[in-house]
Parts: sequence; C-alpha cells; structure tokens
Amino acid sequence: MNTVQVRYFASIREALGAGERVALPAGATVGALRDQLIGRSPAHAAALARGKALRCALNQALCEESAAVGEGAEVAFFPPVTGG
Amino acid sequence: MSARARVTVQPEDFDLGREVAALRADDPGVGAVAAFVGTVRDRNEGLGVSSMELEHYPGMTEKAIESMIDAALFRFDIRGVRVIHRIGLLRPGDQIVLVAVTSAHRSHAFEACEFLMDYLKTQAPFWKKEHTPEGARWVDARVADDDAMKRWGLPSDNAAR
Repeated sequence: MNTVQVRYFASIREALGAGERVALPAGATVGALRDQLIGRSPAHAAALARGKALRCALNQALCEESAAVGEGAEVAFFPPVTGG
Repeated sequence: MSARARVTVQPEDFDLGREVAALRADDPGVGAVAAFVGTVRDRNEGLGVSSMELEHYPGMTEKAIESMIDAALFRFDIRGVRVIHRIGLLRPGDQIVLVAVTSAHRSHAFEACEFLMDYLKTQAPFWKKEHTPEGARWVDARVADDDAMKRWGLPSDNAAR
C-alpha cells in the first residue's frame, strides 16, 4: 500500500475539508483513488460523484485520471478553474 | 535572487505603472509593452456582486503560471513577462490580475499577453466565489474560455467535463 496526500479546493473543500491522508494499493490510478474516496462517506460520494465536472492534479500538475499514483504523492481534486 | 520575480500571487493590490517600469528597466531593447488588467465587475450572470473571494492552490498555482510563461517565451518573440494574481476578498472595481509583456515590436507583446490570459483562465488553479443578494455562489467556468485557448492550437476542456 502507498500513502498519498489528498487535497481538495473550492466547492470540494467546502464539502470534504482541506484534505486527508489515504492508503492506496500500489500502482493505483488517480481514477481508482477517486472511486475509493467516493466509498468513504455520503459526503464524498456527492462531492466526487462520477459525471460531475472535476479536475485533478498529481504532484501539483494537472493530470488525467489514468495517471498512476506513487508513494508519497499529492493528489488534488477540484472544480473547473475560474481565475483571471 | 538575481532576476526579478515573474509570478506573484498575493492578497495585496498592485501598481500597474510601477510593475511596467520594473519590467522595462535595464532593457533598452524593449519597443513595446502590452499589459492586461482584470477587475471585479459589480454584476455577473444577472445578479449584483457585493464581493468576491479568490482561492488558489499554493505551490501549484505558481508552478502553472511559471510554465505558461515558459511556453509564451518559447512561442513568441518577447523579452519579459510579469504576472500578478490577487487572492482573498475583493470588491467591485478592485484589480484581480495583471499580465504584462515586453517585446521589441507590438504584435508579439499583444499576442503573448492574450495567450497568457487564455492560459491562465483555463489552466491555473484559481477559483472565484461571488457574494450576491441571493447568497454566495462559485463562479462557473466558461466554455468560451476553452475555445479561446484552442485558438492557440492547445487542447482545453476545463469547463467541458
């Protein structure tokens, strides 16, 4: 198992808090992590629901859900960005 | 640090004149400066906006903007770039963002400034929350901003999924 730091921003942060540490099977993808988190609580299921517009970042770079998550990785989930 | 900072994310306001002067300083090859300043509107999507909160992803936001500046320096014949983005509580009329670009000739400064804003709108992790008479709401991403990004031949599906 790998330990990863999950971070949430904007509306996801309001629903789930700033983040949490999660144990994840070695070789798991960001998408598998999302699915694992969805199973944690009804609040997680609502905030991270499939079909909801959500972007993700691996080690502070935008990524696809197919990206593999390594030991000690930082994975963030957040809504579409709206800066500028 | 020898070179001036290219990217600053800060709650404080900024001074356009001072930033442009600093960007031009010590570079007699500059023949053009293009600068964009984004400000807070008092209305959005039919509702009055009394204030706005800007959130970012400390660390990633700065990296994302640094890499978009690298992309602009590779793509356009430009000499210097300065980006400042504010965070925290802002009110209508407040400045939000500055993108300033110097070049020898105007076309590259204009183009790079627009490229950087299109990039920032769709790729940099910032989120706006508006306070309106009907309560607070997170601002929705716009497909038009993704379309603007695609003009540069770059894929963007920030708002689409």
